[in-house]
Amino acid sequence: MSTIYWDEEIETLPRVGLESIQLKRLQSLINRVYRKVEPYREKMIAAGVKPEDIRGLEDLQKLPFTTKDDLRENYPFGMFTMGLDDIVRVHASSGTTGKPTVVGYTRSDIDIWANMMARALACAGATRGDMVHNAYGYGLFTGGLGAHYGAEKLGATVIPVSGGNSKRQITIMKDFGSTILMSTPSYALNLADAMDHMGIDPSSLSLRVGIFGAEPWSENMREEVENKLNLKAVDIYGLSEVIGPGVAQECLNSSGGMHIFEDHFLPEIIDPETGKVMAPGERGELVFTTLTKEAFPVIRYRTKDITSLHYETCTCGRTLVRMDKVTGRSDDMLIIRGVNVFPSQVEHVLMGIEGVEPHYQIIVEREGTMDTMTVEVEVSDSLFTDEIKGLEALTKRITRDVKDILGVTCRVKLVNPRAIQRSEGKAQRVIDNRKI
Amino acid sequence: MRVEQIAVFLENKSGRLAEITSILAENNINIRALAVADTADFGILRLIVDKVDEAETALKEKGFTVGKTMVIAVEVPDRTGGLAEVLDCVQKIGLNVEYMYAFVNKTGENAVLIFRFDDMTRAINSLQENGFTILESSQVYNL
Ligand SMILES: [Zn+2]
Repeated sequence: MSTIYWDEEIETLPRVGLESIQLKRLQSLINRVYRKVEPYREKMIAAGVKPEDIRGLEDLQKLPFTTKDDLRENYPFGMFTMGLDDIVRVHASSGTTGKPTVVGYTRSDIDIWANMMARALACAGATRGDMVHNAYGYGLFTGGLGAHYGAEKLGATVIPVSGGNSKRQITIMKDFGSTILMSTPSYALNLADAMDHMGIDPSSLSLRVGIFGAEPWSENMREEVENKLNLKAVDIYGLSEVIGPGVAQECLNSSGGMHIFEDHFLPEIIDPETGKVMAPGERGELVFTTLTKEAFPVIRYRTKDITSLHYETCTCGRTLVRMDKVTGRSDDMLIIRGVNVFPSQVEHVLMGIEGVEPHYQIIVEREGTMDTMTVEVEVSDSLFTDEIKGLEALTKRITRDVKDILGVTCRVKLVNPRAIQRSEGKAQRVIDNRKI
Repeated sequence: MRVEQIAVFLENKSGRLAEITSILAENNINIRALAVADTADFGILRLIVDKVDEAETALKEKGFTVGKTMVIAVEVPDRTGGLAEVLDCVQKIGLNVEYMYAFVNKTGENAVLIFRFDDMTRAINSLQENGFTILESSQVYNL
């Protein structure tokens, strides 16, 4: 299969050329941000770095990190480089604690975003002739509108169906001939279940490719969704602080991983403990510097996502660096029997099971030399059945899915609602009773 | 013909059963029959009470997970082999029993069998055709 590019020259540029573009853009960014955004200037002064100290790409390491806390402290618009006159759109991500994070876009930012998203779609094999079924949520969340503008930019036909109402989604898929599905992987599995109930054979539909993201998913889930929906499933990555979806995209004939559109988004991998930059291929926290965004650039923004970077040219011909699937979050990692476990992964497993509310608690204990993990899950009314076998099937399903996605065997304990302590509205997710 | 049964999820914690019975007592709800099904990790308490909706509300208020299910109450004459007759018939017809439990009414004259079948309509029709008495819900609540 021949590769489809959106921007062939950039996507296949040898590294030297790419790095020279990156450096020029980085220098101009640091200059601009130093002049215009007080929080960045203060941090640079405190770190003893001036814009003119950025002579090579490696000098990026001299700059302080930016964290979600920095964004929250300057809520809502304190990190913008310009007045609201030039801002044409804002998005916000919901904060699990306190304030949300607000991001802003100029007209040029929106255009860059649409281009990156069009590049992502092309990377996944989409062309003008495609019918893009966009089931990402439209709203403050960047997923829906981000994907929408990209598909339009590409020249495909967008169905802005947004999330929910699976039956209607399937009818639309059938009647309109959707070829590309964009959604979270767990929603794709819901759609597969709904098709099953409606007695619709996915091979009778026109779906060809699924572009799935916005939550972690495993290779097993990929296999499941590919089999159930009769399509090729590829991974997309993005976050609103950087731009939204369209930061990185897995290609169709991949050597593994997602191509980061690094002419706009410069990645680093750091050790989450020490902040030191790690070598290519090593696993650590992903950090981004946006090179071209006007309204809301970020410098060394800590995503908290754990992954690694691979610089070898891909079999698809792209020279753009590839990032692995995100396997977890740096702030809540647990190590159980040598496996890195992230509570958020457990939450995603639970959210993928209909009727299960993501109210859970993970209890880790050490029995002898063996670590054990128990996941307590609240039995909601919608989940409850008066038959033992129904509840046993549920615990088996959760155990299996946790094993599939996290690679760890756990014990599942069903508990009464509200039996799991909630402290100030936010549940304590992990109780680690190991005395190490 | 169908009787509403309350099912309560039990975490495997001692004292839960006592807690449930005292919540019902405080609300003047009488228990007609009760059965516990359990595994190593959890249990399900099944209850026939005189005031179904009140019981459900009272238990939910106290944080229990409660569900309602339709079951059938079959009256069995209190004579040797009475129980066996019903079970034989169920087997012969090929009815699929999800679960069952029994209790004896106040006078001690008759036993009542509570059944949950996968196909309730067929179960009611076939048991009646075979001459068994299926109690009305009002009869069961007021036993
Ligand atoms: Zn590739």
